[in-house]
This record gives sequence, structure tokens and C-alpha cells, in this order.
Amino acid sequence: MSRYSAFSIFRNALSGQKNWQRAWRAAEPKPSYDVIVIGGGGHGLATAFYLAENHGIRNVAVLEKAYIGGGNVGRNTTVIRSNYLLDGNTQFYEFAMKLWEGMSRALNFNVMFSQRGQLVTAHSADQLDGFSHRANIMRLNGIDADILDRDEVRRLVPYLDFSDTARFPIHGAIFQGRAGTARHDAVAWGYARAADGHGVDIIQNCEVTGFLRDGDGIVGVETTKGRIGAAKVGLAVAGHTSVLGAKAGLELPIESHVLQAFVTEPLKPLVDQVVAYGADHFYVSQSDKGGLVFGGNLDGYNSYAQRGNLGVVREVAEAAIALMPCISRVRLLRHWGGVMDMTPDASPVICPTPIEGLYLNGGWCYGGFKATPASGWCFAHTIATGKPHPLIAAYGLERFRTGHTLDEAGAGPSAWLQ
Amino acid sequence: MLRIECPCCGLRDHDEFRYGGDASVTRPAHHDPDPEAWYRYVYIRTNQAGLHREFWQHVTGCRQWLVVERDTRNHAIASVSLARKLSARKSPARKSPA
Ligand SMILES: Cc1cc2nc3c(=O)[nH]c(=O)nc-3n(C[C@H](O)[C@H](O)[C@H](O)COP(=O)(O)OP(=O)(O)OC[C@H]3O[C@@H](n4cnc5c(N)ncnc54)[C@H](O)[C@@H]3O)c2cc1C
Ligand SMILES: [Zn+2]
Repeated sequence: MSRYSAFSIFRNALSGQKNWQRAWRAAEPKPSYDVIVIGGGGHGLATAFYLAENHGIRNVAVLEKAYIGGGNVGRNTTVIRSNYLLDGNTQFYEFAMKLWEGMSRALNFNVMFSQRGQLVTAHSADQLDGFSHRANIMRLNGIDADILDRDEVRRLVPYLDFSDTARFPIHGAIFQGRAGTARHDAVAWGYARAADGHGVDIIQNCEVTGFLRDGDGIVGVETTKGRIGAAKVGLAVAGHTSVLGAKAGLELPIESHVLQAFVTEPLKPLVDQVVAYGADHFYVSQSDKGGLVFGGNLDGYNSYAQRGNLGVVREVAEAAIALMPCISRVRLLRHWGGVMDMTPDASPVICPTPIEGLYLNGGWCYGGFKATPASGWCFAHTIATGKPHPLIAAYGLERFRTGHTLDEAGAGPSAWLQ
Repeated sequence: MLRIECPCCGLRDHDEFRYGGDASVTRPAHHDPDPEAWYRYVYIRTNQAGLHREFWQHVTGCRQWLVVERDTRNHAIASVSLARKLSARKSPARKSPA
């Protein structure tokens, strides 16, 4: 793999841009691997990269049923933050944030990580108290957090509704300056290229249809490209964890739900930070091309359809205009949906499973993009050593049985309410 | 857009309804002391890609709880019935998650 540099740009310019190397090889499956990672999304590709980079395990394949980056890693709204409240989440997402801060350099690929800051508006004194509590927890964990009063919020984001007729008046906000966004496709491509550089085979158009067994354990997979053996298999298939889990014999506390994302026509620079509405479910940032990128609630019923329904379009538009009346006449360019695993506590499951040789990485709900590097790092550790990485100790499946759930949203055990 | 044929009110936009989750899970008997049974009832879901039996309540209509059979891959609805009729036949437990 030749490295990207100022020199490589210069050299390729001289030869008319015709001699760039492929970013990763078009690999075909070998008969067997040390590790197979199912799912060529951000988490699967990051796992493969860290297996090679951190653990020296290079005889690895990533199997992707379609093309890499076509799943949620390329469908999300790219918000990255580490403003979590609960022990277990706080440290894990901050570890991810630190990896984001060094990612472009580590991968030799510009993922356009932009730490523009994120603020969440508070709409009552109680909510602001709650945010202060969260900010204190964050600071105790060494994470940056600020509480802003109404005037400070107004100075930062004057285009929000500060009028007397605002549906929910703004009392203040919680702000994390190191939060931001990244180019999501670049994250998939960067990890793919870097993993390929370590010898990992990235095999696209290869759907896993079943598992090869030896007794109770799993020793490989059946795919649309034939049988492939593996000492260990890691599952990282985002919204399809139940489908594949069932084939392996896993019963899971997961439902698949659709989340939609929206992009408007391009505007001049307006939204400098990521802004989230504390009174409803709406959040927005502005892309480098000028489009406002935003999202809201789940569609809220089990779905594998990978497209959303209109009811949510209206709800999100209502929330958007309640917070930002100035965009009421901006046109929506497109919207799409992604299928995600929803767990009953909105936290992921990333752990060894009771089935020998099978490791699980799923349940990321609607917030898993920001977790990508830490998820890959910790999952690679878990697969390599057979033991959960300390940072994911709270994310085991047994937490639902023992009552140690991490219900960050406080919504109770109904996946569609999380 | 989903449209649900309410047995009381006719064909309605799904915005009039509230989702109530998987209707195929059975609530353990009230005095069931087995934590495993409760764990499975509260948390374990088959989450099919295909036909799914699920509760919907017609909140802005007749307020009845319905059982809808819907294909989760394309939202095609195969059947709608009143939940109380089914539950009277199947189990005495009230399944309303509200
Ligand atoms: C609209 C939307 C907005 C979001 N916004 C944010 C956000 O702002 N911030 C944030 O942190 N998170 C966000 N998320 C969540 C985040 O995108 C996901 O949690 C995360 O990307 C999931 O991990 P992944 O990237 O590996 O998944 P994916 O990219 O979906 O990867 C899974 C892959 O597995 C493949 N696969 C499935 N079944 C098989 C099989 N049988 N064989 C082989 N391959 C298979 C799929 O094709 C897919 O490519 C959002 C999600 C959506 C849908
Ligand atoms: Zn009705």
C-alpha cells in the first residue's frame, strides 16, 4: 500500500492521475482464516484493522453482503460526541473520541473529523439542572463540558427561536467543544484501506448465510461464495444481528428499527456547531457542501425495510421549525432510512457469546457511528484474547438477566421507546 | 406510509395509532416466581425479518388495542384483529404495555 502524502499527489499529478493504486484489493475468499468478521460497516472494518494493528492477527477476512459503506456507516448523520452520563458509557465514548482525534493520522486517510462542538438546548430549569449533573460527571471523567445560560446560547446560535412565542423557551444548554462530525464514507474507506494494507481480505458481495459447526462451536461460515473456515467469527452486522444471531442459535434482546436522515438544499454557512433540541428529538449540523443534515425519532416499529415513512418526516420538520423558524422555507433535498439494532436499554452488546468461537458486536442503536473506533479496538481485543476488553465490561448480554442495564435514555425496556 | 384497517373505524393512517410491540410474547402468570420466564418476557425478541404479530392501539380513534400481522421487510399488512378477542381465547393476561 503506497502512502498518501503531498509527494504522492505531486507524483500522480505528473502522470495524469492514471497510476493511483486501488485503495484496497478486490479479494476472493481463501479456504480459511484465523478470524472472519461478518459485516463491512465501520465497526467490522475497524475490528479487522485493530486485529492486525494491535494484535498482529493478519489472516483475517471481512465479509460484506453488498459493498462496504453501504450500510449504516454511510447512512448516519455523522455526529460524534462523548457526553454520556452513565458509568461504562462515559469512559467508552471518551476513549472513542480520543481515537477520532488521531484517526486521520493513524489511518493515513483524511476522515475530515471536524470538532465544531455540539450543544443540546435546555428548556426548563430542571432540564438545565440535569445537564449540569451530566456536565459534572463528564468533567470528573476528564471530558470537556460547559453549561451555557440563555444569553450565551443566544450569542452562539442566534438563529434559534428566542422569541416570546417560542414553543419551548430556551433556558440554556450543555456544550461539548470537542464534539463534531466526520466524513462517514471516509471512515469506512480509511479503515478498509488500512486493514488491507496489513493483509486483511475485504470481500464484498459475499453474504453469510449460515455457520459451520464442530459440535456446539462455530468453525466457519457458509456464504454466497462458498464455505469459509475460521478459528473465530465476529458478528458486526448492525441492524441484522437478530437474523444472523438466530442462525447461530443466539436469542437476543434486540429489535430492528428504522431511523431516517434528511438533507436540505445547500445554504450559505449558518449552523457552525451540531445543535440538538432538548425539547423534542431533532438535531442538525451543516455539511461542508452547505446542506443541513438532520434527524429525529425512530420510525418506531420493527422494520427491515431500510426506508422510512412520511409520518416521521412531518414530526421532524415540526421539531425543526419549532427550534429554528428560519429554515421553514428551505427545501428538503433527500431523506433515507437505515436499519438499526435497538436494545431495550439503548446501549450496545459487544462481548464473547455462549457459543464457542462466536463473538458479538451489535445493538448500537442510533448512536453507534461515534463508537466506531473504540468498538473496533475493544472488539478486536475481545476476539484476540477471548476476554472482554475492560472498557466494554458493561456491555455484556448478561446485563439484562442480572438487572445491570445501562438505560442512558431512562426509557424502560421497550426498544422502540429508546 | 402504513395504513391500518381498524375493525371499528376502517382504514386509517398509522399516525393515529401507537405501537405496542411484539404480540407473540406471552406474559408469565402473575405469580410466576421464575426469573428466567420474566427475563424472556421483558427482553427476548425473535425480531423476524418477515411476518410479525404486533400490538397497535388506535389512540386517536376507538382506543382499542389491535393485533396486526405485518411483514417487517415491506410493511405489507396481512391481518388486523381486536387484541381482546384474541387474548380472551389465548391467555387471560392483559398485554397492554401502556
Ligand atoms: C439515519 C441514521 C442516523 C444516524 N446518526 C448517527 C449519528 O449522528 N451519530 C452516531 O454516532 N450514530 C448514528 N447512527 C448509528 C450508526 O450509523 C450505527 O450505529 C453504526 O454505523 C453501526 O455500525 P456499522 O457502521 O458497522 O454498521 P453498517 O455500516 O450497517 O455495517 C453492517 C454491515 O453488515 C452487512 N451485513 C448484514 N448482514 C450480512 C450478512 N448476512 N453477510 C454479510 N454482511 C452482512 C451490511 O450490508 C452492512 O454493510 C445513525 C444511524 C442511522 C440509520
Ligand atoms: Zn379504531
